[in-house]
Amino acid sequence: MSLFDKFEPLNAQYVRLEAIDANPFAITFDHVLSPTEAMIGDSRILLLGTNNYLGLTYDTEIVTKAVQATRAFGTGTTGSRIANGSYDGHKKLERALKDFYGRKHAMVFSTGYQANLGIISTLAGKNDHLLLDADSHASIYDGSRLGHAQVTRFRHNDPNDLHKRLRRLADVPGDKIVVVEGIYSMLGDTAPLREFAEVKREWGAYLIVDEAHSLGVLGETGRGLAEMQNVEPDVDFVVGTFSKSLGSVGGFCVSNLDDFDILRVACRPYMFTASLPPGVIAATMEALHQLRARPELRLRLIENARRLYAGLTGLGFCLGPEPSPVVSAIMPNPETAFALWSDLLKAGLYTNVSLPPATPNGLALLRSSVSAAHTPQQIDHAIALFEQTGRALGMVPASAATHASHHAAASPSLSVTSA
Amino acid sequence: MNESVDDIRTIVTSTLRALLPAPVELSDNTNIMRDLGLDSVSVMDFVMETEECLDISVPLDRISEVETIGDLVTMLHDLKGGD
Ligand SMILES: Cc1ncc(COP(=O)(O)O)c(C=O)c1O
Repeated sequence: MSLFDKFEPLNAQYVRLEAIDANPFAITFDHVLSPTEAMIGDSRILLLGTNNYLGLTYDTEIVTKAVQATRAFGTGTTGSRIANGSYDGHKKLERALKDFYGRKHAMVFSTGYQANLGIISTLAGKNDHLLLDADSHASIYDGSRLGHAQVTRFRHNDPNDLHKRLRRLADVPGDKIVVVEGIYSMLGDTAPLREFAEVKREWGAYLIVDEAHSLGVLGETGRGLAEMQNVEPDVDFVVGTFSKSLGSVGGFCVSNLDDFDILRVACRPYMFTASLPPGVIAATMEALHQLRARPELRLRLIENARRLYAGLTGLGFCLGPEPSPVVSAIMPNPETAFALWSDLLKAGLYTNVSLPPATPNGLALLRSSVSAAHTPQQIDHAIALFEQTGRALGMVPASAATHASHHAAASPSLSVTSA
Repeated sequence: MNESVDDIRTIVTSTLRALLPAPVELSDNTNIMRDLGLDSVSVMDFVMETEECLDISVPLDRISEVETIGDLVTMLHDLKGGD
């Protein structure tokens, strides 16, 4: 018996991937050229598997702000905000987030993962009840395990199932806290927030929405799905990340609830980890400014998303239920997903493979994501590579419409019953 | 409505049979993950089906204690307020 015996099944899978030279979990980019291109060895790769939604990672002004802050304040804070003090930048970024969301309180965390871990585990106390959407991100599940509340999950995007579960808890003491996401990262589908808001109001529950993938993507001003569906007053806590549309790293939570700031001295994933470095804070500040000042980025992103979604639909791929910056093709099994992934990479296109249990309903996914920085030509090139590679693998019939159809209103074929 | 242990066992086994690709022998000693090859999320999804039938909510920490079909039947009966 060895300590690592329990990983044997996982290890067997991993070794098999290494053996066929197609391990999406161990890929390294030798150089990154731009938000949309990188080098692996001598090959130039088109990136269609980042979360760089607004394409801001190389923006001159953002890079300059990061460099200036690093020169002025150093490379790191070397400590936590509670034990070792905040920098002016942390406070400024929290003010900028409060202003952007129009909320009274904001807390910045070192990652989005920690924001969920911290907010969920701290808000829900021993006698409280957490109700999670079944397709929640790992950080939401982990946050609920770190705390002491009773945790149940409701059917994905199903307000009626949430309603039943809150009804069962009607006479049970303790607060009820519901957690959902804006855009789900695996299939790119959005939550029916209006209906969830009605249910949470009816039962007097609290609502947390993780807008990780929808910040800068949805809503009139980019605040996310709650803004788009006009339910912001019903959302008690918005959690989000700086690591996707804002192109840096870090997480946050904003709220209007009066005593919110007490969390700073109660929330362990906030208190017991180093705060974000000055360069990251300055880059995030500037990226948030650009998110607000350049709504055209959001429009370009959505156009690119529609273009890719329509193109892949035209090729006969079975996609998630709605066009979104996450465009996932549902594969018949993991082997096919790895084969397509690996052949696309050889052809010069980087995508993602997502497998159960990270995916809903045991689905194997070939996941793509688009950026505002992609040109329409890059999206068309990606679709052409899907066509060529998919055809060689026998996944795309010779007769499939090519990307000539991308402006047509695509009617996606749905195989995902939960969505 | 107060389902007996046998009623609950029937719900559990018929839900499992509907879910599994091939017919298998199921008993109280069947280990749900090891013998049936379900991953952690599939187990939660499967328990969700039984919750619906029984009109109960099963906390996740109770699910993680379950290894066999027998464990699950006992736990569901317990949550249903059985004697
Ligand atoms: C829904 C969701 N929440 C939270 C996170 C965590 O964000 P971060 O990368 O900042 O830790 C992610 C990113 O993977 C996510 O998809």
